[in-house]
Amino acid sequence: MKYQSQAVAKPYFIAAIGLFLGQILFGLIMGLQYVVGDYLFPAIPFNVARMVHTNLLIVWLLFGFMGAAYYLIPEEAERELFSPKLALAMFWIFLVAGAATILGYLLVPYATLAEMTGNNILATMGREFLEQPLPTKVGIVIVALAMLFNLSMTVLKGRKTAINLVLLLGLWGLAIFFLFSFYNPANLVKDKFYWWWVVHLWVEGVWELIMGAMLAFVLIKVTGVDREVIEKWLYIIIAMALISGLIGTGHHYYWIGTPEYWQWWGSVFSAMEPIPFFMMTLFAFNMVNRRRREHPNQAAVLWALGTGVMAFLGAGVWGFLHTLAPVNFYTHGSQITAAHGHMAFYGAYALVVLTMISYTMPILRGREANSRKAQVVEMWAFWLMTIAMVFITLFLTAAGILQIWLQRIAAEPMGFMAAQDQVALFYWMREITGLVFFTGLVLYIVSFFIKGEEARAS
Amino acid sequence: MSSAFTKSAARNIFYGGAVFFFLLLVGLSFDTMQTLPKRDNRENLSESAIRGKHIWETRNCIGCHTLLGEGAYFAPELGNVYTRRGPEFIKAWIQSQPTGVPGRRQMPNFNLTDAQLNDLVEFFKYTAGIDTAKWPPNVEG
Ligand code: HEM
Ligand code: HEM
Ligand SMILES: [Fe+2]
Repeated sequence: MKYQSQAVAKPYFIAAIGLFLGQILFGLIMGLQYVVGDYLFPAIPFNVARMVHTNLLIVWLLFGFMGAAYYLIPEEAERELFSPKLALAMFWIFLVAGAATILGYLLVPYATLAEMTGNNILATMGREFLEQPLPTKVGIVIVALAMLFNLSMTVLKGRKTAINLVLLLGLWGLAIFFLFSFYNPANLVKDKFYWWWVVHLWVEGVWELIMGAMLAFVLIKVTGVDREVIEKWLYIIIAMALISGLIGTGHHYYWIGTPEYWQWWGSVFSAMEPIPFFMMTLFAFNMVNRRRREHPNQAAVLWALGTGVMAFLGAGVWGFLHTLAPVNFYTHGSQITAAHGHMAFYGAYALVVLTMISYTMPILRGREANSRKAQVVEMWAFWLMTIAMVFITLFLTAAGILQIWLQRIAAEPMGFMAAQDQVALFYWMREITGLVFFTGLVLYIVSFFIKGEEARAS
Repeated sequence: MSSAFTKSAARNIFYGGAVFFFLLLVGLSFDTMQTLPKRDNRENLSESAIRGKHIWETRNCIGCHTLLGEGAYFAPELGNVYTRRGPEFIKAWIQSQPTGVPGRRQMPNFNLTDAQLNDLVEFFKYTAGIDTAKWPPNVEG
């Protein structure tokens, strides 16, 4: 590594991987509850497991983004981080706050947790993905602001590149749009309207900037392609992301009490949202094909290409599948949504963080790349997790189509629970595939402990 | 990409596009807020319904159910449950949980008082009256 202070990324990445493991364990619990309804009831009701699963996802991705930023910004700015101590302090604060929150979900009834943590003063809890108690939400803001201060000072005093500016802009956007999580009007329509300013404007807005910057950084490093070329791509990709994605928010405003013109705005603009994701695929493959060097870390190249493909499949293809209003009328809030949510989050954000970890971790541990042996195991982990996610998505899509047919289209519509019984087979297959995913993740963790002779550039 | 198309041109498209479309989003949102009173059933958002929403949130109902199609997909849609089941059924249902039927998906018992149950029902009555452009396709949600 070029700058000592980049080392602060390491604990962030380790925490991210640990929480990822926790996320998957709770996914498996829920997957089983889908078919064995009383599994672990009443110790861990489904809604508790779900909060743990999705909140761990968000928190480990945030750890990943932060770790990536603490690594990337000094290197791009060509100077040490403004304050490594502050970055490390924020790590511990975030880890303790995150762990306490998860334990709170698991050990305290949610209503009691709400009462204990000031939800009666400012009610923000009990909305999907934003279940965190008030102190945790405030903690997230503090940690984010401290990070932004730290990173902004580093960039201000150092070299400004397209990559570090775009990353910084994305992270500022992340923090700013999170502020909408504090706005929870009694009017349900307004509540839902602005809830999406966190959720949609994150994943189909500012997070794409973060993702693009991270991908561009790794591609420069592993391919040696000219920075000018890569940065031009980056700007075009994120331009398309915001041009389509901002008004694309409208694809969530079809059926929640908002005016019907959103069916037009939302359909037309969100139909363009796959474009930036497709460009990311082209970007990754193009740069690798034009590579000027053979980087010894071939695993990192695989993760980077995988990110391009899977983000396009999950966000682009599966997003487009249900984004037009006449289609969404039937698919809204069905297993189709879950199928898309899984592949998109995995393909875009989980994979880009894992790409960054794959590239940086060997360097943080004092070598350019891991041994061949370790890389082979890491690549197996990539394939197991990725193929498992493809099948999870396919099974949920099948379940969704049947569910919609039985419950929403058939001449004699079935009730929700009766329809769920009919598609149980697909939930079983999802769960078994989930075990494959889990195996891949365990293998991934194992790969960090495999020694052997360091791989060299060929 | 051709070299006539420079990085700074790409950057300008990014900044220009971002600002323009963000302002368009703000404009459309402003218009939406003006239109909402006709659609969002605010006249039925009584004190009781507001308390009901608070109960809905603090029991994390959204962790299993959808509400107007958003939430979790483990249990039935509840935005229109008032229409589908009616007030008495809803209250009796919540009180009789969990069913304890082996292997069936279980809903916790939240030990709600009669007043709290009434508030929840008021909340569901309010949500069922929101103009959702005819979603869901049928009463099963
Ligand atoms: C990496 C980017 C993306 C991620 C992580 C993502 C994730 C998600 C998640 C988790 C949901 C469910 C939200 C909920 O619980 O209510 C969702 C909903 C949705 N997404 Fe995406 N998404 C992405 C990109 C896209 C794109 C590019 C499109 C369109 C082309 C799209 C279209 C939709 C639609 C239409 C819904 C609403 C589904 C419904 O009506 O139930 N998404 N997305
Ligand atoms: C072993 C693998 C996994 C299993 C069995 C699993 C299972 C589940 C289940 C049962 C739900 C709740 C669906 C509902 O509300 O009814 C869920 C939600 C979710 N999971 Fe997973 N999960 C797994 C892995 C993952 C991974 C790897 C990611 C992302 C990287 C992920 C992201 C999500 C998201 C974003 C949601 C919310 C979806 C939405 O609101 O539409 N899960 N998962
Ligand atoms: Fe969206």
